[in-house]
Amino acid sequence: MNVFSVAAKNLTRKKVRTVLTIGGVAIAIAVLVSLWGFDTGYQRSLNADIDKMGYQLLVTAKGCPYEAATLMLQGGGGLRYMDESVYQKIVGDPRIDKITPQLVATSYDPARQAGKGGVSLYMGIEKSYLDLKPWSKFKLGKWFSSDDADEVIMGYEVAEYEQRAPGDKIFIPGRNEVLTVVGIFERNGTQDDGIIFMPLKTTQKIFELPGKLTGIGIKLKDMRQIAKFEEDLYNVPGIQIISLAQVKGTILNLISSAKAMTNSVALIAVLIAIIGVANTILMSVFERTSEIGVMKAIGASRLDIFKIVWVETTLICIGGGILGNCIALFGGQTIEYVLKKVLPYAPKGRLVVITPDILLVAFVGALVMGLVAGLYPAFRASSMKPIEAIRKGE
Amino acid sequence: MKKSIVKAEKLTKIYIRGTEEVFAVNGIDLEIYDGDFIALMGPSGSGKTTLLDLIGCLDNASSGSLEVFGRNVSNVKESALVGLRRGHIGFIFQDFLLIPSLTAIENVELSLYFARRPQERKKLLQLFDKVGLGHCVNHLPKEMSGGERQRVAIARALAVTPKFLIADEPTGNLDTKSSQEIFDIFKKINKEEGLTIILATHNPKLGSRADRVIYLKDGKIVSKEESSLY
Repeated sequence: MNVFSVAAKNLTRKKVRTVLTIGGVAIAIAVLVSLWGFDTGYQRSLNADIDKMGYQLLVTAKGCPYEAATLMLQGGGGLRYMDESVYQKIVGDPRIDKITPQLVATSYDPARQAGKGGVSLYMGIEKSYLDLKPWSKFKLGKWFSSDDADEVIMGYEVAEYEQRAPGDKIFIPGRNEVLTVVGIFERNGTQDDGIIFMPLKTTQKIFELPGKLTGIGIKLKDMRQIAKFEEDLYNVPGIQIISLAQVKGTILNLISSAKAMTNSVALIAVLIAIIGVANTILMSVFERTSEIGVMKAIGASRLDIFKIVWVETTLICIGGGILGNCIALFGGQTIEYVLKKVLPYAPKGRLVVITPDILLVAFVGALVMGLVAGLYPAFRASSMKPIEAIRKGE
Repeated sequence: MKKSIVKAEKLTKIYIRGTEEVFAVNGIDLEIYDGDFIALMGPSGSGKTTLLDLIGCLDNASSGSLEVFGRNVSNVKESALVGLRRGHIGFIFQDFLLIPSLTAIENVELSLYFARRPQERKKLLQLFDKVGLGHCVNHLPKEMSGGERQRVAIARALAVTPKFLIADEPTGNLDTKSSQEIFDIFKKINKEEGLTIILATHNPKLGSRADRVIYLKDGKIVSKEESSLY
């Protein structure tokens, strides 16, 4: 018999109350773990998305950098156009390792999403696109037969969604053009999976944008030259250069303010849980006043009583910590599903990644919660005078 | 010659009720010797419980002196009183006051834990047999009768081998048969082991079986032997 077994057995006396208190702690911990998991997962996926773009710099028409960031990540709908001459001007720069021009265009397809309608994304590219994305392999078919062929290569997901195979004909709504599917890329876990690719010239022709581009992807021979390269292009009129670091920073800045708010909510949840646990244990201490008096009468020291109540609180919070971790682990997919629905931009990979580190920190956090929440009730219990406690409880 | 274990002189305990001072114990002189079996008797509010609390080092006196085991405890801090009580004084209460979540034997083990005296379970089982409780060692208090619960409380008090036992109305919540049985246990322990027992009771029949009977009224001792004054 020791303080741990006494504390554990005390918790079994009011089972419903104990379970509800553990539940309160578990919810707070689950919220914390999910938020941290989201933070980790989002950053990882974002980094993976950006790293898989294949280029370090994107030259776009001058405009809002946030739009440009979206363009880079989602191939957003041809926001602004620049002249093809910019490409001709840059392409010969000896510092460039690889370079590719792109023209992004969209068309509204009323048949998409089971008749609800949706936007189809098209990208005009040249063969150099594959040089920058060596991981883009063909699942079926091959590259375009010529630079201005009326052909498309489909990303994995869009092909699967539309049940296409090489040789099929596809119709571009609003453009009255019919093209032939010549290839389908393997899934690569990026936005490319949802894009329909066409030869650059064909895209310019179909969407009536002759000599126009939306972006130029660039990979330099030496990354250390990025700053100097950007500086040199600064004076070219009508363009802006966005580096990967900028894009990451832009998006992370956008989510960091939201993160601060959600962390505040989580902190409030933790505080409420601490107050809830402290209140429950304090109530239980008052209910057991005479028992505490008897324990003191038969020789329990202040420290003995303090430890019993403190251990009770800590056990509740440890239970809550374990349960909260389980809820977050097993409920992570639901949270991810909801987040993907509500977020304006969600990277392709897992959004909620709960690592062992997060679980460990949350568990230790729950333990600390217990230690903090138990301080006052334990102090009150240990301060009771035995005779007053015995008589008050009678 | 018997050794004195408790010596009280002009022992007084005053409670403040509103603006009024209530003399719960009023200038009591008393000496208790090793091996005594004393019954405190008197009407409700006569000061029996308060006197037991003072002798049991559960409370401090307002004035006067009280020596327990030769040490003056009349105005000692609670932290020092714990050391005196622990393992030296056994307590039995009218409401048994067992820990409801612990079994009978766990309640006893807990007192040994607090007294820092680990004891073998075999010896504890012998103790349970001694108080006639061998059959419900692993029962929870709610599964036992009042008499059985009080026997657990006695076992809890005896487990730490105290120098004296304080029992406040130990038969107050029991039927006549159980009261007799509990009192028989006290008598047996006192006779066979020489343990000093001081108990408070309303029951004159049981009280008369003690070696000494002390009658209290309004916080004062009105007689130390005769029952006719009660």
